[in-house]
Amino acid sequence: MNDNLKKINIYAIYLGAFMLILPLIAFFINAFSFRWFYPQLIPKELSLQAWVRLKLIPREGYRSFDGFLDLWLSNPTIIKALVNSVTIGVIVTIVSIIIALPAARVLGLLNFRFKKIIIFIMVSPTILPPIAFVLGLNINFISWGFSGSFLGVCLVHLVPIMPYVVLTMTGIFANYNPDFEHQARTLGANKFKTFYLITLPAIAPGMVVAALFAFLVSWSQYLLTFLIGAGKIMTLPLLVFSTASSGNPALTAAISIVFIFPAILILIFTSKFVSGDSAATSGFGKI
Amino acid sequence: MGGDRLKIILSLSPPLLIIFTLFFGGILYGFLQSLGYQPAIQKYEINFDAYYNVMFSERYAKLFWTGLALNLWVSFVSTFIAAAFALFGALAIRKTFFAKKFCNFIYSLNLPMPHLVVAVGMIFVFSQSGLLARMFTQIGFIGSPSEFPVLVKDRYGFGIILAYIWKESAFFFIILMSVLQSLGENFEELAQSLGANKWQRFRYVILPLVMPSLFSASIIVFAFSFGAYEVPAILGVNYPQMLPVMAFEFFLNPDLNARSEGMALSMIIAMIVMILVVIYFWLTQSKIRKD
Repeated sequence: MNDNLKKINIYAIYLGAFMLILPLIAFFINAFSFRWFYPQLIPKELSLQAWVRLKLIPREGYRSFDGFLDLWLSNPTIIKALVNSVTIGVIVTIVSIIIALPAARVLGLLNFRFKKIIIFIMVSPTILPPIAFVLGLNINFISWGFSGSFLGVCLVHLVPIMPYVVLTMTGIFANYNPDFEHQARTLGANKFKTFYLITLPAIAPGMVVAALFAFLVSWSQYLLTFLIGAGKIMTLPLLVFSTASSGNPALTAAISIVFIFPAILILIFTSKFVSGDSAATSGFGKI
Repeated sequence: MGGDRLKIILSLSPPLLIIFTLFFGGILYGFLQSLGYQPAIQKYEINFDAYYNVMFSERYAKLFWTGLALNLWVSFVSTFIAAAFALFGALAIRKTFFAKKFCNFIYSLNLPMPHLVVAVGMIFVFSQSGLLARMFTQIGFIGSPSEFPVLVKDRYGFGIILAYIWKESAFFFIILMSVLQSLGENFEELAQSLGANKWQRFRYVILPLVMPSLFSASIIVFAFSFGAYEVPAILGVNYPQMLPVMAFEFFLNPDLNARSEGMALSMIIAMIVMILVVIYFWLTQSKIRKD
């Protein structure tokens, strides 16, 4: 009886896993199929047509190294969007880490008045919906001249990302022992050397996870980029959204695969950190 | 101590400056505009007309109240089902079995996925000519696409709920797994040796232990799904419409007067989320005091 129950449990788990992975399977079938008509479960013809139309893969006969290079250097929309997404994500992640490091250290290691209020203020952007601030900010940015600019988009991405990085790193510093730094300093290391040799190695694992997920938060921003970028800054989520609305499944699937590629990569890389360390998971609801 | 104070101020001011100017500045300006203050079109008087129009005017009242109902329905149902699904998954996967690692990976797979992609994925899987409908046709459950229920772009928000279940169950799963791992099996073994059966162990041992984290994760998920734009924009219909989509469409309206209504709506959304969060803190705080 108990064995049967266990078996049912296991089958239910497999069924759940199957359902969870179904969208991913659908993406791949859609992106690599040609004329995938209704009752067919497996497409009769495989094709790279969607990828050719997306201008990520050259037409047949041009698929040499030079062909790829020529196509990509002609700067099609997908490459533009990719470059923008990566650049914005990297800049915002680095800036938020640099700004968050001292703040998280203070919040994690010291006790002072108003600490609770400050943490509450820091958390608020992760709880209140983005639509509450971005409509007003959009008008402010227009008058400040940031609207439609690269800088404006980077700035607005800091709003959801920085609180996440500060909170995650506060958790890391709360479990960090600064006594080793005093020892290093008494042994003659300067401030920079102490940070580089003592602090950084201690906080690095958590910091890398925080940085990767911060990048993902920026990578998946649609609304903020759309409003502040004013249609001038094209990123991948904007491209996914407009293609999905235009209703070409193969093309939508192909762009979606490009869009989720780093997400899966990061999950594989961090899976051993994520399950063990709960500090870095606090902001995932935001992605 | 004075040195510490300066250090604290210097370290905290850059992130606080960003949050105050961009986040609270944006909210404040949005609030002013919702009160009708729009210098761009020479409107300087302050009133609550936009709020009244959105909630009670003949033109928008129906759209607003059905939208609010849809918002509450979608957020409650998706949060509850995602949490229940993740709890079941975490409890079963925690025990060792063949393919445990693989299942662990699949159940956290949607964690880093952008909501936008999950929403698109729901169309591919649940539309009437989607992957699931094709499977059912192959097995012989249904004959034609129209026999498959309308689950995306439907009036009841089923597609939106499905997308949030897919996406947020991974978040719940990760949180639950880390809580369960840190608990170990001692409590359960103790309960078992005292004669508790499977259901009793779940109800009186595991559930109370995971409830605090499950509850706070639920608040994050609920608040998110209540105010998010992407998923309902892709999977929703024009009527009834979820409030964030409605607010955004007001805002994009070329008629600048509609802007105040859009801002008012976004303020209402934020207010509801805030009230819920305050209730949550009040509940947990009073519970801690009782304990």
